[in-house]
Amino acid sequence: MRKGIVQLVALAVAIAVPVTLVAVLFQWLPDSASEEFDRIQDVYWLATVISIVIFSLVSAIVVFSVWKWRVRPDDDADGPPIHGHTGLEIVWTAIPAALVVTIGIVSAVVLARNGEAGNRPLEVEAVGQQFAWKFVYRDYGDLTAGELVLPVGRETRFTMRSVDVIHSFWVPNFGQKMDAVPGIETKILVTPKRTGTFAVVCAELCGLGHATMRAPARVVSQAEFERWIEERKGT
Amino acid sequence: MTTAEQHAAAPETYPAHFEPPRGPLWRLVFGPGLVRGAWMGALFFGLATLLVLGLRWWWSWSPVWDTEIVLAVAGMVALPVGFLAGIGAFDYWLYYLAGRPTRPEDHSGHGARSWRDYFRVNTDHKVIGIQYLVTTFVFFAIGGLFAMLFRAELAEPGLQFVDSQTFNGLVSVHATLMIFLFIIPAFAGIANFVVPLMLGAPDMAFPRLNALSFWLLPIAGIMFVASFLAPGGAFGAGWTGYAPLAEGQPLGQTFFNMGVQWAGASSIMTALNFLVTIITMRAPGMTFWRLPLLVWANFTTSLLVVIATPFIAGSQFFVMFDRIMHTSFFTPEGGGYVLGYQHIFWFYSHPAVYIMMLPGFGIVSEVISTMARKPIFGYRLMALSLIGILVLGFSVWAHHMFVAGMADWLRVPMMITTLLIAVPTGIKVFSWVATLWRGRIHLTTPMLFALGFVTMFVIGGLSGIYLGSVPIDIHASDTYFVVAHIHYVLFGGSVFTIFAGIYYWFPKMTGRMYDERLGKLHFWLTFVSFNVTFFPMHYVGLRGMPRRVFDYAEAFGDLNLVISIASFVLGASFVVFVYNIVLAWVRGPVAGANPWRAHTLEWQVSSPPPIFNFDEIPQVVAGPYEYGVPGARHAVLSPARATQEAHA
Repeated sequence: MRKGIVQLVALAVAIAVPVTLVAVLFQWLPDSASEEFDRIQDVYWLATVISIVIFSLVSAIVVFSVWKWRVRPDDDADGPPIHGHTGLEIVWTAIPAALVVTIGIVSAVVLARNGEAGNRPLEVEAVGQQFAWKFVYRDYGDLTAGELVLPVGRETRFTMRSVDVIHSFWVPNFGQKMDAVPGIETKILVTPKRTGTFAVVCAELCGLGHATMRAPARVVSQAEFERWIEERKGT
Repeated sequence: MTTAEQHAAAPETYPAHFEPPRGPLWRLVFGPGLVRGAWMGALFFGLATLLVLGLRWWWSWSPVWDTEIVLAVAGMVALPVGFLAGIGAFDYWLYYLAGRPTRPEDHSGHGARSWRDYFRVNTDHKVIGIQYLVTTFVFFAIGGLFAMLFRAELAEPGLQFVDSQTFNGLVSVHATLMIFLFIIPAFAGIANFVVPLMLGAPDMAFPRLNALSFWLLPIAGIMFVASFLAPGGAFGAGWTGYAPLAEGQPLGQTFFNMGVQWAGASSIMTALNFLVTIITMRAPGMTFWRLPLLVWANFTTSLLVVIATPFIAGSQFFVMFDRIMHTSFFTPEGGGYVLGYQHIFWFYSHPAVYIMMLPGFGIVSEVISTMARKPIFGYRLMALSLIGILVLGFSVWAHHMFVAGMADWLRVPMMITTLLIAVPTGIKVFSWVATLWRGRIHLTTPMLFALGFVTMFVIGGLSGIYLGSVPIDIHASDTYFVVAHIHYVLFGGSVFTIFAGIYYWFPKMTGRMYDERLGKLHFWLTFVSFNVTFFPMHYVGLRGMPRRVFDYAEAFGDLNLVISIASFVLGASFVVFVYNIVLAWVRGPVAGANPWRAHTLEWQVSSPPPIFNFDEIPQVVAGPYEYGVPGARHAVLSPARATQEAHA
């Protein structure tokens, strides 16, 4: 029995190692370009660690059982009549409950922090219309552009609107997403943390041109941002 | 002669069919059947068209001809009703209403004596079970073909084979068929065959209602597929049909709105039937704590169906009213509330995920216990966890709406309930693997699918944890990560359990045994190609590929090609299954009454079972999984002599 447990643990580790390598060696998430996404990635890694442990454990028991206790088709004996074990059942009720509550609490904390608007965030309106995005800079005389330009390090509050059907504003590198819903306004915060060029992607099926409903998103220095504003105003 | 003895002798002594006193041609045209179904369908269609046109003309509405309204009223309501009346689904009730003799002891529509009896309104739960399964596998094949078509389109970036409306149509119809015409009714088919037998009952509680629920199903399926013929193409707003996109869709969307009504009505009727059957028709001694877990699973599933399904019916009616009656339930210009649609829709469609999963849990419990030759570990907790999922399942719907713009405060409570569902689900997974522990494991095809299910479903459950956590979901929702998640749950989960169930009960249903080698080949082909198809989707999704797009960034090209190729292999693996099953059904070796040496009641009668299942009412004396207990039996039947004689 003891030997069996050792073998089982060894098998679980043998499964966990390649799975962990797959999780670590591939870059599963886009490079974070926002403070919000950094925090989201913390939750992601917590969930990943828990997932690797549980998957390795369950699949190890399945493989181990088949390996150890497989019988020939003509075997007609029965296994031992074990009907259950209250202690064990309490354990595998309580541990998953504790794990998911942990994930829940961490998630709620991250969600709350990602939803805290600081002092005077930059207000940008993102307007979805089949099949293009339009960005309105409320702080700059409702200046309107087809590309999204943001100053680095400045918290930005997006207000989403839609003129026709539901769209969804998503910049994969920001890790933030919110539907633009006709009839109501929705909001989300993004604090870009590095400069670069990204893409605004529509994530909610919005009709024939859904796949092509994209817009460039540039994060630039504050000075460059102000220059861009001036240029746009001039035109 | 007791009733049971009469039943036992049924195939020989009953008049084979009730025969109207006219000639064969008269019977063909006016007797219940597909011919009468065809002309009555056409007749009802014509009458309803005239009614619509007449009313529109009388009220001076312009134009008098409106294709969408004529189709909705005449094509999708009157025609199916006429068809159902024609095949005889309402005959008994209409006779009763009209005060004509109803022939309560006429069993002419019960049981199958030739293959033709499968194409009639039949009240035998075993015939209906097979009708369900064959029908659903036909739609499974069609839905799979649609998937391969759009995977061909997705093999490289850009638009190659289809236009964008067709692409959206293929995606939407694929999902709709798989959900409403395969997974949900395939489980209903297996349960139809097995549950009454497991209970020790001669049939379902309402056999005629049972027959009607089956015949609603092909109507829904044909409606979904026929939407491709509608001007403008098939419905392309996804199977979720979100308003207001669905309201601006071409005519095909109405096919979805109405198809869902027929499929939903079918589900509700079946579920009511199961509930009444399970509550009232258990054999003596069959207490709730002695029910096989498949019965428990269908009991909880039926509760979910009965409570939740009316919500999707409502949501689709509202959308259709917005479309053709110009109401504004979901159009903000008229004061409608766009998010209202999603709340109503998901109030059904999240419980629907459990409707598509719990029966599979039941199947897997049966298979694992029998094939590991051990009692199910923690039987009571297994049953209670089903109840737990049932109750929690109604409190999580808004986790589909974390980025939909709904009230912020709803998100954290919905996240907590969602994550908590991992607890009863975890109990089930751990109990299955504990059942394996120290068992004597027979690695047959159903067992392979059951074990494949356990591991794949764990992956689906774990990706569900990611999506349940609001911050991660904000990034991952509406991406291919979600596509990967639902396929791990619904394919690696539900479809694997359906295959497990088919292989497990195939000898009971047909009396013949499938080929083990082909079965194993089917499993390994499916298992490997399934993983190569769907696992990379997690990656492309998290990296930034949204779902439901015909075009995507160049960076995802290679992986999408791999996914597409694997999906064709997955499609090909189904051919192995069909070949194996058809061949075994026609000329497989005779299986015997109980090839798995299982304890539950369906294995204590012949294969296939006699027309009224049991010659004598069985007496249940213990639980269903007493493997390894010396001398233990689940039920006592008087010697099965009559059964064997009748079917020798």
